[in-house]
Amino acid sequence: MFADASSFVQSVNSTFIFIVSVCVFFLALITTMMIIFVFKYNRKKNKKAVNIHGSVPLEITWTVIPTILVIIMFYFGWEGYTLMVNAPANSMVIKVTAQMWSWKFEYPNGVKTDTLYVPINKPVKVLLHSQDVDHSFYVPAFKFKKDVIPNRNNTAWFLPEKLGKFDVFCAEYCGLRHSYMYSAVVVMKQKDFDTWLSAQEEKQKDNDTTSAVKL
Amino acid sequence: MSSNSLAVDKSGNLPSYLIDEGKRKGILAWLLSTDHKRIGIMYMIALLSFFAVGVTLGFLIRLELLTPQGTIVNPQAYNEFFTLHGVIMIFIVVVPAIPSIFGNFFLPIMLGAKDVAFPRLNLLSWYLYVVGSIMILLSIVLPGGAADTGWTFYIPYSVRTGTNMIFTLTAVFILGFSSILTGVNFLTTIHRLRAPGMGWFKMPLFAWSLYATGWIQVLATPIVGITLLLVIIERVFGVGLFDPTLGGDPILFQHMFWMYSHPAVYIIIVPAMGVISEIIPVFSRRTIFGYKFIAFSSIGIAVFGSLVWAHHMFAVGMSNNAEFVFSLLTFLVAIPSAIKVFNWTATLYKGSIELEPPMLYALAFIFLFSIGGLTGIIQGALNVDIYLTDTYFIVGHIHYVVFGGTGIGIFAALHYWLPKMFGRMYNKKVAKVAFWIIFVGFNILYFPFLILGWLGMPRRSYHYLPRFQVYHVIATVGSWILVLGLIIMFFNLLKSIRSGKVVTEKNIWGGESLEWQTQTPPITENFVDIPVVNEAPYEYKQNEEEFLEKEEVL
Repeated sequence: MFADASSFVQSVNSTFIFIVSVCVFFLALITTMMIIFVFKYNRKKNKKAVNIHGSVPLEITWTVIPTILVIIMFYFGWEGYTLMVNAPANSMVIKVTAQMWSWKFEYPNGVKTDTLYVPINKPVKVLLHSQDVDHSFYVPAFKFKKDVIPNRNNTAWFLPEKLGKFDVFCAEYCGLRHSYMYSAVVVMKQKDFDTWLSAQEEKQKDNDTTSAVKL
Repeated sequence: MSSNSLAVDKSGNLPSYLIDEGKRKGILAWLLSTDHKRIGIMYMIALLSFFAVGVTLGFLIRLELLTPQGTIVNPQAYNEFFTLHGVIMIFIVVVPAIPSIFGNFFLPIMLGAKDVAFPRLNLLSWYLYVVGSIMILLSIVLPGGAADTGWTFYIPYSVRTGTNMIFTLTAVFILGFSSILTGVNFLTTIHRLRAPGMGWFKMPLFAWSLYATGWIQVLATPIVGITLLLVIIERVFGVGLFDPTLGGDPILFQHMFWMYSHPAVYIIIVPAMGVISEIIPVFSRRTIFGYKFIAFSSIGIAVFGSLVWAHHMFAVGMSNNAEFVFSLLTFLVAIPSAIKVFNWTATLYKGSIELEPPMLYALAFIFLFSIGGLTGIIQGALNVDIYLTDTYFIVGHIHYVVFGGTGIGIFAALHYWLPKMFGRMYNKKVAKVAFWIIFVGFNILYFPFLILGWLGMPRRSYHYLPRFQVYHVIATVGSWILVLGLIIMFFNLLKSIRSGKVVTEKNIWGGESLEWQTQTPPITENFVDIPVVNEAPYEYKQNEEEFLEKEEVL
């Protein structure tokens, strides 16, 4: 549904698919064994049981194999995570302010919006700032989120790779209207973005002048 | 309560704990009893009543989520519903359930003891439990309304909300003390009151699981107690420990909260694993596979489980070192659970399996808990967790672990031990029908949560986007099926206590632990003569050749 909207999508998907495959294999194995044993060794057919106290080789097998598998899973998860940590130096920096219950976005030139507009294929670094309680900046299509904690000023980054409009949710429960705390990320072509940004800048200047005149 | 005399009845039995009231009569013979069995029954009555409240709240939450918004209640009511549902189900139901009902009733009997080490402390812990639980209910009706923070009480929101936070936090604090006292009591009982000859490795695995749990209760619960006390101080005096507007650190709260609340997951699940470890060999009529591995894996879970709390916080912005260590340890804590699952499955091999209701629940436990555990592994991976944390995936995961694990474990224990406790058998056919309805309803209810999570649906949401609705509708229909199954199950069990077929045989299921060697229902102080234990549990000697020959001759 969200094919590669950001540069994180592939690593999250492949780690997920790998782990799920291993999990489905083990779940199927355990369930099949249980069903086979329940039928094969049912008391109606099998009056006497055989006592088996255990088997050290088996215990070692089913300790070592899962341990190796989970360490591989851990490695994939860690490797994918390291992609998310450091924003590239050429990132566009946008300040994100969360408050009960809305999002505000501020661009380097001072433009402020309620919806996040970004150019495609350009890394964006978000400075996450909360006015009140904990929130979490969550873009499901980009397969990432980061908590927005007061006094903490977390940062995060992403690289949009697909044009379109994607949902922004608040993922950390923040009170009455938490579930209405939506916004959107609009990924545009660089040219369109530049036009939009300068138009916004003009508009904002006009507004400022108008309000200054009014004063 | 037909007779108060201690004389032996017609069948040569001594009066059971249900008849022998001791010094006091009537209701006081219950409320002031220090008999571990009577206290266990009192816990059962209180706890299952609160379970009914929790189920009702869950049912209403699902009803509300049938449509994207405004089905039956407003957002404030919804937020209070899911908070209460969490607080009641976690702190009042699943954390105390198995230790305080079945641990109280059966641990001393299984160890060959007359009672727990501190019977009066045991009664005190019941009273603390009841006071704490009633305070939670009071918080609903008092001005301000029930807490609306979610059961995690995250600061700063929990300092700002106008709801009855102090009441709720004090209640959870008191419930914590009840839990600590139970832990202290069981640890001492296991160390000091084992029957002559019962070495550590001759204990039933249920006792091992309560031993591991006891240590977590005693070591981890004080942390949440202190933390909640600090939140109360913060709210009342504005000290500024956690509140960022006063210079505090909200992340410190999260660390302290999860330092208890993650080990609490193991307080919740390990006793249920103990129940399953009892039931599987009994209904397979053979020795358990890998006794020591199962026993030590409980301890392994208790140790590793105490070192993984921050995996709830991968998205809060911790240092990379912390993310690395907590993710790695999270993956490793899966191993002892996997060992248990493999050993249980191997115990079925070459058994003589009878699918009685307790066994059905035990097998369902393995299946559902495996899904719970495996979905936990999925979230142990850092990059995947960053995507899935705080979505419906985690809600599905916790319900598979806590309900599919502990909830189903409680039902297994009820079907296994209730006939022993009351000397009456339930209708097995009805029990099996109820089981299948519960099993099907459970999966229709909770599996869509995992899909919703992967599609990006945030948790604790009153309102959702229309594209998620189809999964919510399926889940809500599942909740109706599940509740129907629960009603049939509890009706059947309650009916059995009142008018079920009377059972007097000591060994109802063919178990080999000591509770099956006492009278049904057990007498006051459990045994006429304290038993001497010579062998490990689950030996099933009749499977060996010479015993079989003897049986054939008979």
